[in-house]
Amino acid sequence: MTGLLELDDIHTAYGTSLVLFGVSLEICRGECVCLLGRNGVGKTTTMRSIMGLTPPYKGRVRWKGEDVTGSHPHRMARRGIGFVPEDRRIFSELSVWENLDVAQRSAKRPGPWTIEAVYALFPKLRELSKRPGGVLSGGEQQMLTIARTLVGNPELLLLDEPSEGLAPVVVESLLAQVKRLKAEGLTILLAEQGLDFSLALADRAYVLQKGSVRFSGPAGELRENVELRDNLLAL
Amino acid sequence: MLELLDSGFVLGQLRSGVTTAIFLFLIASGLSLIFGVLRIINFAHGSLYMIGAYIAWDTTARLPGYGVSFWASVLVAACVVAVLGAVVERCLLRFVYRREEHYQLLFTYALVLIFSDAAKILWGTEAHSVSRPHGLAGSVELGGVRFPTYELVILAIGSMVVIVLWLSLNRTGYGRIIRAAALDREMLGALGTDVSSLYTTMFMAASFLAGLSGALITPIRSVVPGMDVEIIVDAFIVVVIGGLGSLWGTLLGSLVYGMVLAFGIVIFPRFSIFAAFALMALVLIIRPWGLLGRPIR
Ligand SMILES: Nc1ncnc2c1ncn2[C@@H]1O[C@H](COP(=O)(O)OP(=O)(O)OP(=O)(O)O)[C@@H](O)[C@H]1O
Ligand SMILES: [Mg+2]
Repeated sequence: MTGLLELDDIHTAYGTSLVLFGVSLEICRGECVCLLGRNGVGKTTTMRSIMGLTPPYKGRVRWKGEDVTGSHPHRMARRGIGFVPEDRRIFSELSVWENLDVAQRSAKRPGPWTIEAVYALFPKLRELSKRPGGVLSGGEQQMLTIARTLVGNPELLLLDEPSEGLAPVVVESLLAQVKRLKAEGLTILLAEQGLDFSLALADRAYVLQKGSVRFSGPAGELRENVELRDNLLAL
Repeated sequence: MLELLDSGFVLGQLRSGVTTAIFLFLIASGLSLIFGVLRIINFAHGSLYMIGAYIAWDTTARLPGYGVSFWASVLVAACVVAVLGAVVERCLLRFVYRREEHYQLLFTYALVLIFSDAAKILWGTEAHSVSRPHGLAGSVELGGVRFPTYELVILAIGSMVVIVLWLSLNRTGYGRIIRAAALDREMLGALGTDVSSLYTTMFMAASFLAGLSGALITPIRSVVPGMDVEIIVDAFIVVVIGGLGSLWGTLLGSLVYGMVLAFGIVIFPRFSIFAAFALMALVLIIRPWGLLGRPIR
C-alpha cells in the first residue's frame, strides 16, 4: 500500500481559536479510514485543513508525497480530493442536474463518474433532476452532495457525517451505496460521531479528542473492545 | 396634465422612458451582477461609465471618418473600461472582500473620487459632446411619433444585451457556475472552480457593460464631470426597486424608473426625481429586497 494522503502534525485555528493541536494521520490507496470523535473535537476542521478551506498554520499536508500545505481548495479538488461537507451545501436554486453539471465543470477531471453513472448509483436523483436542490429532502440532498463530489472523479473522498440527521431507513440505503463506492476501490476518509455507520465500513480508525489523535488502529479493535470504545468516545 | 390625453405626447414620453430605461439597465445590470456574485457594492461602477464616455468622445475626435469611427470608438471604450475594471479588481478590490461592508463602501467611494479627479486631469472640466453617427442622425416616424433612429439602435442593442445576459446565465455552463458562485462561493471552490479568476471575469464583464453604456450615451448627453455620481445614484434606485442581484428585477426596475422619470415630469413638473424617490421608499417599506429580489439569508 502506498500513502495517498499524509497529515504531519497539523495545527489549525479559526482566527484566534485553536482547534487542532497536532493531528497526524495517513491514508493509503483503497482504504476506508474513519475519523471518530464527539461533537466539536475537530473532525470537520481536519477535513477543512486537508481541503485547504482552513489551512493549518503549522504542520504539513502531503498528497502522493508532494507537500500541498496551503494550496487553494480548487487546486486540491483538481488534484483529486473530493469533499462532501456535513451541511451538504447544495446550490439551492440550481436544479439537481445543474448542481452536478457545475461540479463536473469545476473539477475538470473526466473519468468513470459521469452524471449518468451517479444517476445509476442514486436512481432517485434522475427522477429529481429538474427540481431545485433546495426543495429536496435531507436524504435526497445527502445523495446529491455525494453525487456532486463524485462527478469530479476524486481519488480520495472526504465524507463528513453523511448519516447526520437522516432517518434510519435512509441511512441504511446510504450505507449500501457508500459500500459500493468502497468496493469499487475509492479511498474514503469518513468522519462520524456514531459508530454504527463508520465501523460498518472502515478498515482503520482514528479517534480524536480535543483536537488531537487519541487512538489509531484497526477498526475491528474498536468494534470488539467495548471498554476501549467507551473510554474514547464517552464525554 | 391634459397632455396625458394626447396619444402622441404619451408615445413620446414612452419613447424617452424606454431609452432612459435601457441605459439604466446597462449600468444597473453590472452593478447587480457584481453584487450578486462578488457580494460587493461597487460605487465606482458609475465612474467606469463616465470613463467609457470620455474615452468614446476622445477616440471619436481622433479617428478619421466619422460614422465608422463612432462605432469603433464605442468598442474601444467598452474594451478599455473592461480591462481597467479587471485591473481594479485584481490589484485593489481583491483585498477588501473579507472586510466589513462599510469598509468596502468607503473603499469603492474612494475609487469614485480618484477616478473623478483623474478624468478631470486627463480630459478637463468642460462639457464635451459627440454628434450622432452618420446615417443615424435622422428619425423614423411610427404611429405619429418621431423616433430618433439612434434611439431605435439603442433599443436594439439594449434588447440584445438582455437576451445575451439571460442566455449566458441560464443556458451555458459558465453561467451555471456564476449562479453557483452567487449561492455558495466556498463550496464552488471546493468543487474545483477557481473562484478568484471567476470574480475577475465577472468584474470585467460588468465593466464592459458600464463602458459600453457610457460610450453609447455620448450622442444623447454631453460628457461632463459629475455624470459618474449622477448615474450611480440612478442605478442604485433601479436595483433597490427591482431587487439587487436579480436580472429581471433590474430590467423591471429600469423600466419602472425610466417611466417614472418620463411621466413624473407631467405630474410633478419640477419634482420628477421626487416621484422616483417616493417610489423607492415605498418599495423599501413593502418589499425591502426589491420587487423581484429575494431576501438575503
Ligand atoms: N468557523 C469557526 N469559527 C470558530 N470556531 C469554529 C468554527 N468552526 C468550528 N469551530 C470550533 O472548532 C471546534 C471543532 O469544530 P469541528 O466542526 O471541527 O468539530 P467536529 O468534530 O466536526 O464536530 P461535529 O461532530 O459537531 O461536526 C469546535 O469547538 C467549534 O466550536
Ligand atoms: Mg463536523
